[in-house]
Amino acid sequence: MSHDGTMSLNVEHAPTRTLPSEKPLRLLDNAGHAVTGHTTGGFSLPDTETLLGLYRKMVVARRFDVQVTALTKQGRLATYPSAYGQEACEIGAVASLDRADWLFPTYRDSIALLTRGIAPADILQSFRGDWHNGYDQHEFRAAAQATPLATQALHAVGLAHAARLRRDPIVALTFLGDGATSEGDAHEAFNFAAVWQTPTVFIVQNNQFAISVPLEKQTRAATLADKAVGYGMPGFHVDGNDVAAMYAITHAAVERARAGGGPTLIEGVTYRIEPHTNSDDPSRYRAARDVEHWKRRDPIERLEKYLVSEGALTETLRAEITDEAEGLAAATREVMTAEAELDPLELFDHVYARPRAALAAQRAALAAELAAAGTHQEDAR
Amino acid sequence: MTATVTKDARPEASAPTQLTMAGALNAALRDAMDADDRVIVYGEDVGPLGGVFRITDGLQAEFGEERIWDSPLAESGIIGTAIGMAMYGMRPVVEMQFDAFSYPAFEQMVSHVAKMRNRTKGRVTLPMVVRIPCAGAIGGVEHHSDSSESYWASTPGLTVVMPSNPADAYSMLREAIDSDDPVVFMEPKSRYWSKAPIALPVTTAPMDRAEVVRTGDDVTLLAYGPTVRTALEAADAAEHEGLSIEVVDLRTLSPFDDETVGASVRKTSRAAVIHEAAQFGGYGAEVAARVTERNFHHLAAPVLRIAGFDIPYPSPKLEEHQLPTPDRILAALDTWEWDA
Repeated sequence: MSHDGTMSLNVEHAPTRTLPSEKPLRLLDNAGHAVTGHTTGGFSLPDTETLLGLYRKMVVARRFDVQVTALTKQGRLATYPSAYGQEACEIGAVASLDRADWLFPTYRDSIALLTRGIAPADILQSFRGDWHNGYDQHEFRAAAQATPLATQALHAVGLAHAARLRRDPIVALTFLGDGATSEGDAHEAFNFAAVWQTPTVFIVQNNQFAISVPLEKQTRAATLADKAVGYGMPGFHVDGNDVAAMYAITHAAVERARAGGGPTLIEGVTYRIEPHTNSDDPSRYRAARDVEHWKRRDPIERLEKYLVSEGALTETLRAEITDEAEGLAAATREVMTAEAELDPLELFDHVYARPRAALAAQRAALAAELAAAGTHQEDAR
Repeated sequence: MTATVTKDARPEASAPTQLTMAGALNAALRDAMDADDRVIVYGEDVGPLGGVFRITDGLQAEFGEERIWDSPLAESGIIGTAIGMAMYGMRPVVEMQFDAFSYPAFEQMVSHVAKMRNRTKGRVTLPMVVRIPCAGAIGGVEHHSDSSESYWASTPGLTVVMPSNPADAYSMLREAIDSDDPVVFMEPKSRYWSKAPIALPVTTAPMDRAEVVRTGDDVTLLAYGPTVRTALEAADAAEHEGLSIEVVDLRTLSPFDDETVGASVRKTSRAAVIHEAAQFGGYGAEVAARVTERNFHHLAAPVLRIAGFDIPYPSPKLEEHQLPTPDRILAALDTWEWDA
């Protein structure tokens, strides 16, 4: 907004020229100690109540993720891209949003959707193979999990711009992976967002691998956050296993965007502990000791150490959180064990708003096939 | 979301005046923007310049930069952001400038624009219009004369239309903007400057209907966009030779109006489809197959395709050889056995 309150679509802010810090910003170190000095980037550790809330969400999300991976191995889901080890990025970012803000997730961000309040059965409809998207996007203000890389980033920019034209003070946040930053749509999304100054926050989860391809084969940039400078927006290079830092920095970016300050690019440096999906074989492209190295940098353990040292995480509270996580896991097992009832004729019902004669004829043909098959089964009996 | 302003869609008609297709499209955009403040227009050069074909001439001055603006030069970005805007309740009308320049947006079109409604069981609709100045015969250098319609028409989820005259251009663009389905709106460049007397606002047949634009008894020519005029010229020439040709303007490529086309073909028992695009795998293949499947026992001869050669679109000094002409159409009709 300009001084008189009117909005111009021209660039209003001096483009940023400052490179992100080479060392990732962090507020808690791996031992769970609060960090001081310039490594914090001037951001403050969130209060204990906020950190306890983040801890609870991360524990619940981890339990959900482990449960769904197990169900996938049992054949209950067609596939599941796990975010085990990336909880600080996922939860820290999504917890920064208000109810009215929008989330544009990828296939790896199921736990962000869980944190957004969406029921496990609805999140997992697509991975179970029932329907491509199973939750109400408008109710939860969460777009479908994008499979084509970086395409959803442009949707986030467009929606944010529409909201700005409507004078609605909302923000659109989107997740991208390190591999997705190589896609043209990532470039176009960063550029459109910066030129139009849309209220968009880009969270690049650098988990080191695009399926099997390591980061050094995606970019020659020193950090992925560096790319922000070329678009004239702020970039932050963050320890993606420090939820305190991910939350504090994302929250600041969200509020800056909400106030009309434009987009921000945040790189969270983390690690994909699990295979890409259940059909992947990481032993072909990375050493087990590398995984062990990153497991010792677990984001949940780090926050737990801090909260215990502060006396904030009591045994009672820990038991309560465990109960919540186990309850969710049990409920997830239950809904995913039941087989969903699918109506093949629904395949024709949502393609167009305006009915088409040719599609009605094809629907009738499938209905006849199904009826014939039903007759056949009865005959067999 | 704030309340939107929706005025009566069609004000009272004016007296007929000579209008080009470009002028009709400009008027349709202006009237749609005036009727509904959710209608926004953006793309490359659509602002102060008014578009390279001047279709958006004067609109930014009239509606301001929040309703119509120049975007960065990136087609995937244009379509991708339009998806987000449509999700938020806007009705974006975006321009691709030329067929061949729409290809960077192919993934957004096919993977998202076409699939969003089905993916979300109708909970998310994308009421957006993608305007594509299409086809050749304008003396354009490479990449300025492609015919991309079969890519879009073969994608479930997209509605694909191509008007051939100023009245349809106005009416169908208004209807496309009002549609809750995403519409690929193809504008035949070589017909931008063709004129017709129109009283605006004009309402023609709905965009899922083909139209018989010339009646005849012996042959049905199925044409769309730029080839409708070519077919009419062929019909005029044939009349002198005693051949009575009916011309059907398909108008909408997806969905296909089997009813209107079938009625004409059953009457004449002979059909040929005409388009500029290359023949192999072109839209005419679908038309020929549908017409044959549904009307085989009424046909006296195989359905012909009079199309571009299966070559990349030629350079300007050679393009006349690629384009269907009345002579080429009539020569093709001569290949049928007429005495059988």
